[in-house]
Amino acid sequence: MALTDEEIRLLEGKARAIRETVIRMLVAAGSGHTAGPLDMADIFAAFYFHILKHDPARPDWEERDRLVLSNGHICPVLYATLAHAGYFPVEECLTLRKFGSRLQGHPERTRLTGLETTSGPLGEGLSQAAGMAWALKNFSAKGGSASGGQFSISNFKNGSELEPSAYSLAPRIYCVMSDGEQDEGNTWEAAMFAGKHRLAGLTAIMDRNNIQIDGNTEEVMPLEPLAEKYRAFNWRVLEVDGHDLDAFVGAVEEAKAVSDAPTLIIAHTTAGKGVPEIEGDYRWHGKPPSAEEGERFLAQIQRT
Amino acid sequence: MLDLSAKLSQKIFSNDIETAPTRDGFGTGSVEAGEKDARVVVLCADLAESTRAEQFQKAFPDRFIEMGVAEQNMATVAAGMAAAGKIPFIASYAAFNPGRNYEQIRTTIALNNMPVIVCGMHAGVSVGADGATHQMLEDIGMMRMLPGMTVIAPADAEEARKAVIAAAALGEPVYLRFGRAATPVFTTRETPFEIGKALILWEPETRNQKPEIAIFSTGSLSYAALEAARALEEQGIDSVVLHVPTVKPLDTGAILEAAESAGRVLTLEEHQTAGGFGSAVAEFLSDGHVVSIKRLGIQDQFGQSGTPQELLARYGLDVTHIIEAAKALVRDIVLAA
Repeated sequence: MALTDEEIRLLEGKARAIRETVIRMLVAAGSGHTAGPLDMADIFAAFYFHILKHDPARPDWEERDRLVLSNGHICPVLYATLAHAGYFPVEECLTLRKFGSRLQGHPERTRLTGLETTSGPLGEGLSQAAGMAWALKNFSAKGGSASGGQFSISNFKNGSELEPSAYSLAPRIYCVMSDGEQDEGNTWEAAMFAGKHRLAGLTAIMDRNNIQIDGNTEEVMPLEPLAEKYRAFNWRVLEVDGHDLDAFVGAVEEAKAVSDAPTLIIAHTTAGKGVPEIEGDYRWHGKPPSAEEGERFLAQIQRT
Repeated sequence: MLDLSAKLSQKIFSNDIETAPTRDGFGTGSVEAGEKDARVVVLCADLAESTRAEQFQKAFPDRFIEMGVAEQNMATVAAGMAAAGKIPFIASYAAFNPGRNYEQIRTTIALNNMPVIVCGMHAGVSVGADGATHQMLEDIGMMRMLPGMTVIAPADAEEARKAVIAAAALGEPVYLRFGRAATPVFTTRETPFEIGKALILWEPETRNQKPEIAIFSTGSLSYAALEAARALEEQGIDSVVLHVPTVKPLDTGAILEAAESAGRVLTLEEHQTAGGFGSAVAEFLSDGHVVSIKRLGIQDQFGQSGTPQELLARYGLDVTHIIEAAKALVRDIVLAA
């Protein structure tokens, strides 16, 4: 068990709160994506309330772990999670997609602290995360002692790579990406690069919900066998139920123990998870609930 | 006459003036930038020799990243490296960088405001024998349209060296444009270079005499502009030549002064006349200033194989064509495109 029963209950409560906020913000916005944000709520709760080394009061803290959201269109779940974690007031979530809001329709790093990059155009997050992981791997321990809290990225000296044993102390890079964006060539270019450089500090999480805008992924453009493909690119691959918090946190722990390769966690999720009436329906990829549907969805989330 | 404050080469109009491709300045400049700042890294897409990135590779093997033939990944990996504190240069041919990876540059470097320096080599028709696929003629337009992007086309290898060092220190997204062919190195270490500043290369003999034409040039064509100015003077036409390495942000003060003084402007660039340097000048001057403008560049067509000299002549960018265009403008004759 990676988590105690108490920890699981806490994360379940956070995931429920995040889902409720996601529905409220989408109803208020009148546009946006529903299925992905709902199905990633468990994983985002696990990241921001258990896994990540981060500090909402110091979003630019150099020693923080970094979570790069590649499929920017699921940003409601990132915004809702950041708000519940204390980066900004939860009420601000209702400004999503509105004029003057920091919560743009697709996330922009320069507008909102807590975001690691700007995303929306697909297939670009994995390479940015790989670039971050390369930069941190090629940070010399001589330029600052990672164990002594002196980890300094901007003032590093060049030279030897970090010893594998120091990885556990260095910031870790996580990339959340979708299955649909595996259609993009840029994703596979990034996979090759990370495999070549054995970027053990990089862990990618694929939201395997099997849907994209035009339909089911295997009909739009067959992706399988995904695990074998990534293994052929020199990645470690783990597969978990993306709604099993204990299994997911356990997989991340396993990834952190790997010292010679990047790890992909294929998180099998149910699109629209938490709202039974839309679960698994690709038509909810890119539309928001109406006010009436929103009330129904909230009631369904609260029953889980 | 030559403007002495530009401190140009003593051998400027001599046959034995040194020549080198502007990309050589990327090789030397990136090594100097790397010596000055340990955060500098160079990424290259399988073109280390011809981009001259190999010089940095030899000097700093741990800070050179071979990306393979993957320009989109090169741009996005560089954005991630910049987010983690590095100052990345990304080098390939301009046809692919920014030609292939434009959206990646737009989203993850420009909109994301990351200090990545995009280096586009082999720009212009003077690439020569490789032909149209490799002769990038649209990159200035693409890059200067991006908000916050600085765009620089150095005149020679020495100015390119200075531009590379200045770009590394800027802390903002930059596009640097380089050529393949060897061209005269007519500036010196003492020639001033500052991002955003134009440089007067040639002025009328007597200071208070007004020039009849202002020639604005960017990239290595600025040497041809000088040769044309010298020939025009011999024919009794006074000109001012302003070399404008920074296409964005434009040195509007220097451009306005020269344009108003001459009343006629000729722009030169090895780029489509649509959207490029001449367009930038025309956009600025059309905003309330009355001057006659002729833009020389590539006229809505692709290049082809040939020698640089053959191609510059074919597309109307050699000294003969520049003189002809200047004289026509002075005679108030509008040349057909």
